[in-house]
Amino acid sequence: MPASSANLSELPAGPNVKGKLSRDDLIMRGGMAVIALYLIVTLALPLYTMLSKSFSTYQFQLSQYEFQVSDEDGIFDGTIVSGTDLNNKTGAYELTDLSTGSDGRLGVTAFFLDFSFRSPVHYQLRNTVEGGRFLVGSTLYDDTQWLELDSNTFRRVQLRPVQARGIDNFINYFSTPALFNSIKNSLWISLLSTLVTVSLAFWFAYALNRSCMRFKGLFRLIAMAPILVPSLLPGIALVYLFGNQGMLKELLFGASIYGPIGIVIGSVFFTFPHAFLIITTALAISDGRLYEAASSLRASPWRTFWTVTIPGARYGLISAAFVVFNLVITDFGLPKVIGGQFNVLAVDIYKQVIGQQNFEMGAVVSVILIIPAIFAFIIDRLVQSKQISSLTARSVPYQPKPDRRTDAIFLIYCSFVGLFIIGMLAVCQFAALVKFWPYDLSLSLNNYQFDKMDGGGWGAYFNSIKLGLLTAVAGTAIVFFGAYLVEKSNGFFLGRAAFQMIAMLPMAIPGMVLGLAYIFFFNNPSNPLHAIYGTMAILVVCTVTHFYTVSHLTAVTALKQMDREFESVSASLKQPTLKLFSRVTVPVCLPSVLDISIYLFINAMTTVSAVVFLYSPKTALASIAVLNMDDAGDIAPAAAMGMMIFYTNAAARIIHLFISKGVLARTQAWRTR
Amino acid sequence: MTQENASSEIYLSIDNLWKVFGSFIALKDITLDINEGEFVCFLGPSGCGKTTLLRAIAGLDLQTKGTVMQDGKDVSNLPPSERDFGIVFQSYALFPNLTINKNIAFGLENAGRSKLEITDRVRELLQLVGLPDQGQKYPAQLSGGQQQRIALARAIATNPGLLLLDEPLSALDAKVRVHLRHEIKELQRKLGVTTVMVTHDQEEALSMADRIVVMNHGIIEQVGSPTEIYREPANLFVADFIGEMNQIKSTVLNGSRLSIGETTFACHSHNFDDDMLVVAAIRPEDIIPHEEGYVSDAENGNCIEVLLQEMEFLGSFWRCHLQNNKFGISGLMADFSINAIRRLKLLKGKDMVIELPADRLMAFDRPEVD
Repeated sequence: MPASSANLSELPAGPNVKGKLSRDDLIMRGGMAVIALYLIVTLALPLYTMLSKSFSTYQFQLSQYEFQVSDEDGIFDGTIVSGTDLNNKTGAYELTDLSTGSDGRLGVTAFFLDFSFRSPVHYQLRNTVEGGRFLVGSTLYDDTQWLELDSNTFRRVQLRPVQARGIDNFINYFSTPALFNSIKNSLWISLLSTLVTVSLAFWFAYALNRSCMRFKGLFRLIAMAPILVPSLLPGIALVYLFGNQGMLKELLFGASIYGPIGIVIGSVFFTFPHAFLIITTALAISDGRLYEAASSLRASPWRTFWTVTIPGARYGLISAAFVVFNLVITDFGLPKVIGGQFNVLAVDIYKQVIGQQNFEMGAVVSVILIIPAIFAFIIDRLVQSKQISSLTARSVPYQPKPDRRTDAIFLIYCSFVGLFIIGMLAVCQFAALVKFWPYDLSLSLNNYQFDKMDGGGWGAYFNSIKLGLLTAVAGTAIVFFGAYLVEKSNGFFLGRAAFQMIAMLPMAIPGMVLGLAYIFFFNNPSNPLHAIYGTMAILVVCTVTHFYTVSHLTAVTALKQMDREFESVSASLKQPTLKLFSRVTVPVCLPSVLDISIYLFINAMTTVSAVVFLYSPKTALASIAVLNMDDAGDIAPAAAMGMMIFYTNAAARIIHLFISKGVLARTQAWRTR
Repeated sequence: MTQENASSEIYLSIDNLWKVFGSFIALKDITLDINEGEFVCFLGPSGCGKTTLLRAIAGLDLQTKGTVMQDGKDVSNLPPSERDFGIVFQSYALFPNLTINKNIAFGLENAGRSKLEITDRVRELLQLVGLPDQGQKYPAQLSGGQQQRIALARAIATNPGLLLLDEPLSALDAKVRVHLRHEIKELQRKLGVTTVMVTHDQEEALSMADRIVVMNHGIIEQVGSPTEIYREPANLFVADFIGEMNQIKSTVLNGSRLSIGETTFACHSHNFDDDMLVVAAIRPEDIIPHEEGYVSDAENGNCIEVLLQEMEFLGSFWRCHLQNNKFGISGLMADFSINAIRRLKLLKGKDMVIELPADRLMAFDRPEVD
């Protein structure tokens, strides 16, 4: 009997067996559809709207209008002139005058050189095509009927532009040096910050993993502190240190902190923990046996470093570099505070939208900002998928040996980095507590009277906490349940793959872009979801979506560690999958669930970029208040509010720690033998 | 047949079943009937489709074509939750955060049983698997073998009509495995539940099964009782996969004789035509040793002189490598008991005579040379 000559053509004819879906299958698919729909509505559709906005142009189509003029007695002789002819004859408008925005209006009296609103002459005009349009006062005419008007009314006629698709906005962008210079600016400050942060973080992580230096736990704690504050807080600290009245201003030798220097220093501060976390993970998994091999082959420490340490950590280094690059190039808060006249892409979006109300141009800058962000994101994902394979179960962890000299050098180095981080925070706290920097350094709590400043007052602070809690609860529920459905449901491969892809997307989308996309999508009166615009709900939705990817990946990692036969066993015992989910899956994954919620809470407290477009006076947030108070010149209260965020997040972390411990003790008793 | 409590009633019937993954055919036209109360093993090398077949029976991975009938009911397209089976996986899949009691009770809930009934049933099951006082512990606090028994208790808690075991013993130490083999078989006999076990371990299959289904490359090579499979393998694959087998190229000679090298032997009956190229096969333990110079009085003596080239001590017997130039390059492997070695005073390097019993010398198709 030949064993494997089976051939697909031997399959019997007739339809394949089609499984009957169980109630659980239906529930799981329904749930997945709901969460996929959520992601489509809160991510894909807004982004699509924004993209199409960037290609929208508005133009006055003069050829679509016809005019007639009467004599002084109001009698028309039947001569009809088109708008184009009139403009050619009078030269009233240049071609560039005819390009406009969605709100553009164009008067028509300029076409008639002898126009006077007191003249007895009458005018007639009409659209030559259906849907062409003009206003008389505020009444819109879009049919092709002739309309007769006296001179006085005729001056209130305004033409409305026609929407078209085209790359005019992009042409416009690239022909404005003030705008496209930002690309260059953004790229080089991001590259420089990446270089500095990754180098600093590498040696810091190296010291913590590969030396026997003291105070490792303390340094680890300090390194993570910047994650607890908004990215614009280091900007405020730098203003106090090196600004026009800064105490260390002389150290800059006349250079200004407002600009690239400030952005780079501040970026190093707020991206440091991210780089440190990734690199320290990479260094921690290095195999001690390789070092034993190297020393038995009498390799010098220098050679060992380049042939063992660096190759072992290279994926971590590359990944850290792209993450930092992405954080810096998409950051808005810091360059807004310390950037001065130095334009970067993220701030350009804000200026175009909030400053100039030019939404189309804001969309164009957003599209441009997405490109490097997506690029960095894709490379990072590729690198991270490689890193996993370098882990083997037989690796032996590296055990550093004490060496007084190197340990001392590392201790000094880490102290400097630690001082930099603590110093920035301390400056903010000090500035917040003094009466009037730098003239009256006596302490007071005046700067905490937020209700006396612009920005939303203490209400903004409590709004932030509310947003943080709502985001943590709703976000964790959506993310974890979504991840469970994708990981553990049967069949439906196409749908699950599509879901995974959409879930990865938010990480590549800068917050500014997401926020702007939300304006376009939700602020459209014909959108049935328009009602949530300006409410707390849209802030929660936006924040959950903004930070979806990392949460999703955390959940997926936890779920992948669960035995994949749990669902099979549960089905064979005729128990509903949701019972398994609540009795086994959630309790076992509880540590990860708590991690997701604290991650969402802290990010909701510190985020500025996405929500800056979406808050309303009633839903002002603490992080936005920092931005607005700084903008209004109330820098000390801004620092005070920034530190409030810091203390709140620190407290949240401590509470999280206690809850985790308590929960672990109660529900995870099975972990200990 | 050793099917002590198996009736002749067909309980599970698989008909023309195919499973295709993309362009890979995992199961090809499988047809198989399993009787009520029977213990059946699916045996084969990894990748042969045995687990795929088990998962199709359970409804965990639906087949592409074909039907599965269980207890007279067509369950071909039903989801697992609407079929009637209990299952034990290689990983046991015990819920780590639930106590042993709660693990076993998991399937007993939501079925109209009172709390008291459930507690009683759990206690009864723990008694049955021999772990009466472990109910308050968590799975991680038990040994592998104990976890295995808990998984079994959980699977049979609801009295399913069919018990499916997916490599249930392969994660255990050799000693525990042998012990548990016996226990599972005993339990199955006591409960009389129709059982299908997947394994790649032939010893496990031979010692536990009423019937063995030998699979390879998605097809069934042979179905039969352990003794049938061992004594009368249907083809060279089965012969080679189960137990040890000497294989010598040979040619069929007038019906019941095989020509090997320069000699000929009488062999077991077969259906090959004369002059066909076949493989002659005999198990090492079927070779009978005689002292040097022994001459058989029987007509089909099948005796031949050999040189005892190498001896390997394997505890309960000696494995001997025998050489005779008439066989050509391939030598023979024979297992001789310690008694026989002592009685015949066999030593390495000595000449001896062996007898290849005609009814143990089989002829098989020669595999195509790839």
